[in-house]
Amino acid sequence: MKENKQTGNLLEVKNLQKWFPVRKNLKEMLAGEQKHVKAVDGVTFELKRGEILGLVGESGCGKTTTGKLVMKLLNPTGGQMIFNGKDVTESTKEETKKYRRDVQMIFQDPYASMNPRFNIRDVLEEPLIIHKIGKTRVEREDKIKKALNEVKLTPVEDFMKRNPHMLSGGQRQRAATARSLILNPKLMVADEPVSMIDLSTRAEILYMMKEVQRDLGLTYLYITHDLSTARYFTDRIAVMYLGRIVEIGNADDVIDNSLHPYTKALISAVCEPIAGKVNLVKEVPIKGEIPSAQNIPKGCRFHPRCVYAKPECWEQKEPELIEYKDGHKVACRRYKEILKEK
Amino acid sequence: MNNNVMEVKNLKVYYMSEKGPVKAVDDVTFSLKKGETLGVVGESGCGKTTIATSLLRMPSPPGKIVGGQIVIDGIDIVPLKEKEVRKNIRWEKVSMVFQGAMNCLTPVYTIEKQMWQTLREHREMEYEEARKVMIKYLNYVGLSEDVLRRYPHELSGGMKQRVVIAMGLFLEPKVIVCDEPTTALDVVVQAQIINLLKELKEKLGLSFIFITHDLATEAEVSDRIMVMYAGKIAEIGTNHQIYGEKGPMHPYTKKLLEATPRLHHRVEKLSFIPGTPPDLLDPPKGCRFNLRCTEVMEKCYKDEPPIIEIEPEHFVACWRCVKK
Repeated sequence: MKENKQTGNLLEVKNLQKWFPVRKNLKEMLAGEQKHVKAVDGVTFELKRGEILGLVGESGCGKTTTGKLVMKLLNPTGGQMIFNGKDVTESTKEETKKYRRDVQMIFQDPYASMNPRFNIRDVLEEPLIIHKIGKTRVEREDKIKKALNEVKLTPVEDFMKRNPHMLSGGQRQRAATARSLILNPKLMVADEPVSMIDLSTRAEILYMMKEVQRDLGLTYLYITHDLSTARYFTDRIAVMYLGRIVEIGNADDVIDNSLHPYTKALISAVCEPIAGKVNLVKEVPIKGEIPSAQNIPKGCRFHPRCVYAKPECWEQKEPELIEYKDGHKVACRRYKEILKEK
Repeated sequence: MNNNVMEVKNLKVYYMSEKGPVKAVDDVTFSLKKGETLGVVGESGCGKTTIATSLLRMPSPPGKIVGGQIVIDGIDIVPLKEKEVRKNIRWEKVSMVFQGAMNCLTPVYTIEKQMWQTLREHREMEYEEARKVMIKYLNYVGLSEDVLRRYPHELSGGMKQRVVIAMGLFLEPKVIVCDEPTTALDVVVQAQIINLLKELKEKLGLSFIFITHDLATEAEVSDRIMVMYAGKIAEIGTNHQIYGEKGPMHPYTKKLLEATPRLHHRVEKLSFIPGTPPDLLDPPKGCRFNLRCTEVMEKCYKDEPPIIEIEPEHFVACWRCVKK
């Protein structure tokens, strides 16, 4: 228990799995088979105190499921989660409630994540009531004001009286952040917090979140499909593919010196606001489409789409994350050869 | 010599709400050359989708085209009867690829049946012949004949988007309006669709109007870019004028570009535009951007800036750019 505190890891996730059972057809029922969608299939990472880790991947790669597992909104099929030196994989209802005080979430859609009939004051007061914080109304109100100030929704009095529909998308996301902050969490899981916000205010929200993080020493798990904002916002990036992390490392390393063929393909596909690319056809080094999480390819799960794949990739067992340098890890058997080829 | 396939003059589209008209598109003039892609960018609510639907003369109710001209291939489509638009304009001259194309396909019909419906409506064609046309266009967008038998749920997002593009193509329109065609797709698929659109432009000599909120995508797709703000054009320029070294001229475009994160370029702090776009029921007097602009002058609160050509093909609506 002490060890974990020394290494400074707030959260350690080890070989986490989440398999969803698929409805059986008659033949399978008779044979007694059960198929699974392996949404998260052996994810291992650690979150250091005070860092922002970006979880990046395409839709269906299991990034949101991982976020939900971390929030304990879902129970894992296998694996282990250690939070603040304590194993939280299996916990009683009481413990889960306590855990959720420390781990809060910001959702993607600020329009759907608030009760439209509550005003902002009520929205922020609810978690306090649930967790029995603040004995009197005045005491709670102080906390609400503090949280709203933190996210710069000022004048505070004015915003407390408003209903969610009277706020813009950006302001709602600020209110949602305030609601998460009010319980003094240690870890925030932000699932695509800016993907539904206009470009002109997106940067503002990210900046606000970063400021809050610095002020309060928070740790973030930032889930996104957008590599460009991930680079701007995070310290480290983990790239997920089909339920597994294929590359993890410092944001700059992962983007400037990517090792995994999948990361390379993702990076080459991102658009950049630079002139003179109109008549060029973009080369994205990837084949085919993402396979179903029900039938994960044997060997390296990326091999059917990989342009560098050799027989060893599908004949041998799945590659684990190997350290390249300075915590930059990659799950590719051939990454050294690929580096040389370039 | 006029090589414009589409000319829009002083277009005004208002949404007739109970509180009065919402001026979603207010006095917008632009043209589209043959074989070019014109990008339309702006925040949500700036009127870009309203322009798109108006070009097919079907602004969603209570929207109404209250003024201006839309000249496509020499015909002004605004005063035409609905029947004529249906028969001769929509899909024949202009077609559209909608936002979230995956929701444009009927889930209970096979792809073949949906395509056949469109063809049957517009062309007197035997089934055998129609099938050939369908296959031809599916091949254009990189799909095989096999897709025809499938239902939409059997296809991936990228494949559905391709089907929808094929359906936009097969009456050989002059202009294709794409409203956020790549927004709901994953980056890899996004790049593939962008490549496809570029290929089609080259191969078939099509003209595109490409609408998106993402300046980065626009940089890779459009020959010219039109930036809209609160129902008005802020700036129109070529790809080089907007994204080149000199950069854009309108403060709004400048800020928007600074707010776009870049992948290969680490910045400590992205800039942003404080505030929100104005209420279009009652737009502010003078320049519509005046409340959020950092380079605002006294004049900006009084008079609306005219849109002027500051260099060939580069139009800006800002008092800062008006030479005295």
